[in-house]
Amino acid sequence: MKYKSQKVAYWFFALCMLLFALQLVYGFVMGFARIGMDGLHEVVPFNTARAVHTNLLVLWLLTGFMGAAYYIIPEESKRELISVKLAYVQLISLALVGVAALVGFHFNIWEGRKFLEIPRELDYLVVVNVLLFLGLILGTLYKAKQRTTTSLVLTMGLVFAALLYLPGMIWFDSQVTDSFFRWWVVHLWVEGVWELIMGGILSFLLIKLTGVDREVIEKWLYVIVGLTFLSGILGTGHHYYYIGVNKIWLIVGGIFSALEPLAFLAMALFAVYMYRKGEKSHPNKIALFWTIGASIVSFVGAGLLGFAHTLPQTNLYTHGTLVTAMHGHYAFWGAYAMIVLAIISYALPNLTGRKHYDNKNGHLAFWLANIGMLGMTVAFGVAGVIQVYMERRLKMEFMEVQNETKVHFVVLILCATIFTIGIGLYIYEFIKYGRPNDEALVKED
Amino acid sequence: MLSKSQARAFFLGGTVVTFLIFIGLTVYSFMPRNDQTNHASITKDVIRGKELWETNNCMGCHSIMGEGGYYAPELTKVVERKGEAYVKIVLQSKEPWGPRGRKMVAYGMNDADADAMVAYFNWISKIDLNGFDRVVSPLSKDKN
Ligand code: HEM
Ligand code: HEM
Ligand SMILES: [Fe+2]
Repeated sequence: MKYKSQKVAYWFFALCMLLFALQLVYGFVMGFARIGMDGLHEVVPFNTARAVHTNLLVLWLLTGFMGAAYYIIPEESKRELISVKLAYVQLISLALVGVAALVGFHFNIWEGRKFLEIPRELDYLVVVNVLLFLGLILGTLYKAKQRTTTSLVLTMGLVFAALLYLPGMIWFDSQVTDSFFRWWVVHLWVEGVWELIMGGILSFLLIKLTGVDREVIEKWLYVIVGLTFLSGILGTGHHYYYIGVNKIWLIVGGIFSALEPLAFLAMALFAVYMYRKGEKSHPNKIALFWTIGASIVSFVGAGLLGFAHTLPQTNLYTHGTLVTAMHGHYAFWGAYAMIVLAIISYALPNLTGRKHYDNKNGHLAFWLANIGMLGMTVAFGVAGVIQVYMERRLKMEFMEVQNETKVHFVVLILCATIFTIGIGLYIYEFIKYGRPNDEALVKED
Repeated sequence: MLSKSQARAFFLGGTVVTFLIFIGLTVYSFMPRNDQTNHASITKDVIRGKELWETNNCMGCHSIMGEGGYYAPELTKVVERKGEAYVKIVLQSKEPWGPRGRKMVAYGMNDADADAMVAYFNWISKIDLNGFDRVVSPLSKDKN
């Protein structure tokens, strides 16, 4: 690390690890409930487990993005953060708001709107927290000696993500209008501005890991985020097919969302090509695996599996089935979970000064997590296809079909166990690295 | 070869143009003459129903118009499928409802709230879903 204030990133990453671990616990609660082992029903009913599982996911990813920004922005701007103290205040308040929301979910305190379950009162606190975060990042950039494209794209993603949270806070009497604007948050996050964040982090990592010229990498970064918005904004229409709004979205959403995989394909080609082209061979192979892995798995999970159900003719049958859950898992994993794990793997040795670059556990964590998640995706996918066929083609009753899919959830739990062992190893290595310290300060990582 | 400033222009241009179209289409979708939801028939009861739907996070297990969890049945056409009386019994039950093994949270709703929920479902069921209603709820279609 080059700047003392980058150390604050470590604590964001640590919070990230904790929240991630908890997310998995609630995943298992749901997995077991689905095979009839719902002993926790009175304490953690399925809707609680689900809200906690998905909100923890979003929260740990955002925490990871913030940590990434606190690590990347000083380095790209060639100066310290404007205030380290406030960054810690932001971290602690983020953790408190998050915990308050999650505890509330156990006491029927929430707003049952998928992915936006945090109650309105707490939303305001989230806004204040994010404003503080953005203030620190923008202030640092404002005083920066240089403003690179990488740091601008990353920051733009973070600013837009904050702005897009707002439409989700408006009350509507109509369920249809409510859903419509809920997608402004959910879709425009994951298939829009979060890709800018991912692109920014990816570009930073590729510059560091491959040694390819910054100008070349950043030029392609613009192309990638250009493709993202070009397809992703109007691609929102793929959520508007069947929720009670005009048919025009079938055409617009169909065409533009079908183009969305291009941005992910570009990202994968970009990463692989830069890796091949690079002359520098950075010793941090684990970070390299996660980085290239993120670009490839995001193309499969978001691009290919997204495309698989995005045309209106297909979505008519798959909309709101386990097919969606299949895609949701692999897309979130490949694009956002893996890129956060990549930046952590890259930053950790630099923050702590301990360069156990090529350790066995790190590689094992990568492979177990990826094999486990691939298996889970297949399990969800098979259950989903069965559900679509039996329920929507053969018109069987919901619960009859669910009973047919039980065995696939046994497989899901087995694969989730492999996945969890992988993540366990990752967290174990994280802890073993120890704390960040000033002795790790160097001129060049 | 593409230069960095051309790449930036592609990014900014594409974003602005598609964003403006997106806003235009949003306005178009909510023009009263394009309404597919009988917006005018949203009564106080329907609104109360939506409030209950949200404050209990029903969507955490069920889906409506295909949105929500995948743990419990889709409810877009539930009243047509099961009848009002059945729906009210489920909502008012003081024991976890679960005739086929999977349990629902016991809400023990009062009569007014259960009626509001039914009003909400009735409003939902009349929305024009561009054909999805026939796929998602085959039983109600077969019955009619
Ligand atoms: C990293 C990027 C992505 C992530 C994290 C992601 C995640 C998700 C999630 C969680 C859902 C479920 C949303 C809900 O029902 O509330 C969903 C739905 C959907 N996604 Fe993605 N997605 C990504 C990219 C894509 C792409 C690129 C496409 C198209 C090519 C796509 C197509 C769809 C479609 C069509 C649905 C609706 C499924 C339904 O009707 O039930 N996604 N996505
Ligand atoms: C121990 C591992 C995990 C298990 C057992 C698990 C299980 C589940 C289950 C059973 C659901 C609910 C599906 C339903 O409504 O019936 C779910 C939802 C979800 N999980 Fe996981 N999960 C795990 C890990 C993850 C990870 C690592 C991610 C992200 C990278 C993730 C992202 C999601 C998302 C986005 C949803 C909502 C999907 C949708 O609504 O379409 N899960 N998970
Ligand atoms: Fe989407």
